[in-house]
Amino acid sequence: MTPEKNNKTIDTILLIIFVAFLLGINIFLFSGKYLHFDTQGVGIVVAAFLTLAMYSFLYKDNPLFKIAEHIFVGIGMGMGVVLTWLQVIKPLLYKPLIRHAIFDNTPGTPDYILIVPMILGIFMFARLYGKTSWLSRWSFAFIVGGGAGIGIPVIINSLILKQLEPSLQPIFVDWVVTWQSINILLILVGTISVLIYFFFSLPHKGTIGGISRIGIWFLMISFGATFGYTVMGRMSLIIQRIQFLLTDWLHIIK
Amino acid sequence: MNCHYARSGLITLIIVLLAFPLAVLAQDKPSLMPPQDFIAFDTPNDDGKSISLIWKASESDREGVYYIIYAATSSKGPWKEQYRVLSTTRFKSDAPQYFGLSKDNEKWHFYEVTDINENPLSITTPTYFKLAVTDGTNTIAFPGIALSMPQGNWFDTSKINVLVFVIVFSFLVMYFISLARKNLNLFIRHIPGLDAIEETIGRATEMGRPILYLNGLLDMSSLSTIASTSILGKVARKVANYDSQIKVPCYDPIVMSVCQEVVKESYLEAGRPDAFKEDNIFFITNDQFAYAAAVDGIIVRHKPAANLYMGYYYAESLLIAETGAVSGAMQIAGTDSITQLPFFITTCDYTLMGEELYAASAYLSREPLQLGSLKGQDFGKGFIILMLVVGTIVSTIGYPFFVNLVRTF
Repeated sequence: MTPEKNNKTIDTILLIIFVAFLLGINIFLFSGKYLHFDTQGVGIVVAAFLTLAMYSFLYKDNPLFKIAEHIFVGIGMGMGVVLTWLQVIKPLLYKPLIRHAIFDNTPGTPDYILIVPMILGIFMFARLYGKTSWLSRWSFAFIVGGGAGIGIPVIINSLILKQLEPSLQPIFVDWVVTWQSINILLILVGTISVLIYFFFSLPHKGTIGGISRIGIWFLMISFGATFGYTVMGRMSLIIQRIQFLLTDWLHIIK
Repeated sequence: MNCHYARSGLITLIIVLLAFPLAVLAQDKPSLMPPQDFIAFDTPNDDGKSISLIWKASESDREGVYYIIYAATSSKGPWKEQYRVLSTTRFKSDAPQYFGLSKDNEKWHFYEVTDINENPLSITTPTYFKLAVTDGTNTIAFPGIALSMPQGNWFDTSKINVLVFVIVFSFLVMYFISLARKNLNLFIRHIPGLDAIEETIGRATEMGRPILYLNGLLDMSSLSTIASTSILGKVARKVANYDSQIKVPCYDPIVMSVCQEVVKESYLEAGRPDAFKEDNIFFITNDQFAYAAAVDGIIVRHKPAANLYMGYYYAESLLIAETGAVSGAMQIAGTDSITQLPFFITTCDYTLMGEELYAASAYLSREPLQLGSLKGQDFGKGFIILMLVVGTIVSTIGYPFFVNLVRTF
């Protein structure tokens, strides 16, 4: 038997054991009245199965993970379509415009300006037919141009001016050095050195190289802090999942 | 006679002694003064949904004294109490976005009215206001009526500094674009991660495996996605030249369509339109973790030789990049998502940090437009460094000029 075939056999055995384990546990939970055979009970079982199937990826890619992945993508996609209808098309286009064209007694007046974005939206579908696909470029041009136009002032406001304001603080108050002075100096040195690191017009040699090296140190310290902070957040996610499995599903923790 | 004078003197002394504490008490709590200079006007710099009411702060303002604002839709009433404002709160200085940073603003009360009886203000007929002051026992009204109508403003004057910065930066960028058109050899420093792109494509070609390219999770209006699609164009052109394959799973359908266009264009430029496969640029889902699960699946099943993650990412970054690292693929990431950068740095071979992502496109293409933009941004950064140094010195000396210059609301 080749190692590949051997691995496949082991995987199949593991899969059967896992499915049997799941079945056994769930039969026990339902028969022991730990879970009720209603939408909530079945929902908990499905959620537990999907959680374990997702974690099975830690072992290797396997049919259970594939099932969970495809369910996840399908539900995500389906929910996306429903949300697009409920949160975008219905309130922004159907109610203020299209409804007036379909029904005679609709209260209010139609918002005709919405015809422009509606046409641009329809142009997007022109991609499906080769001869008219160029029409979709109008929509893309509008999205990209509009996005950049809206984005640039926002970025200047939030990423430049709003950051500059707290940086321009007096280093000394009444010419007395305090911890605050050291803090302000550190922020100033950090900001300038990081900005110099992101200066692309000069080679990172000599003084510029030295300053940008300090900038890298500042960046790495901040990344380290972010890393630790985010890992703690992830830990709380895994704790939540384990709590769900042990409390809601298995009833080990009351 | 003497006795009479002595008695009168004693009575006067008693009166003075009694009157003195009363006078002091009266000085501590000045008697209620009527409101002064009550004015209503359309709130400046807004979208036309509110009216501003201002009146002069009074010496009798203190805890326990309230201003009462009445409103009506007609000058004849009926008047209804709308708001009760504590006299020690609500000053013009609380709204510098409307009234600037003048010291005089602390001497005026300000109240922004957005609705009357929980109905939005009319934009066709004026709303009428009356003002009174009360300390619980006495109430004195302002002897007049103020009226106004909300109006939308075309310009938000509180954002003039943003406009100035946009103009300065745009001028710098346009100037350097024109300079780059004349001289394409403008210097851009070496970006290590980008040199590796060529290497990854070569590696993928040798191994006969595809290259996986992700655009991040933002839509086409995001700068990082625009930069990412621009880099995709250059990468796709190299892929077409090497006769390798590129797979682009997308999170956003519009980004997918743009990517299809960009890659198609690149294959055309490379003279290999026949090799372009539209199905290789496909949409997965716009659910964050479903997308991550699907990309993980693609990585383990298709085993791409190289993974390129360019764009903005959230919590899925580590899930994807870690799977890529375990699969043994060469990985290059580029993101301006500060919170996700640490994860890419730990799992990828090269990481383009923040603005390096934007610079990458110019570095790869050497197009005058992008080169000039990058140079312009560099000088913008130089301008900011100068402002930081000069501004800190000036504020340390005691002049808040630069702080006021960059203040945003």
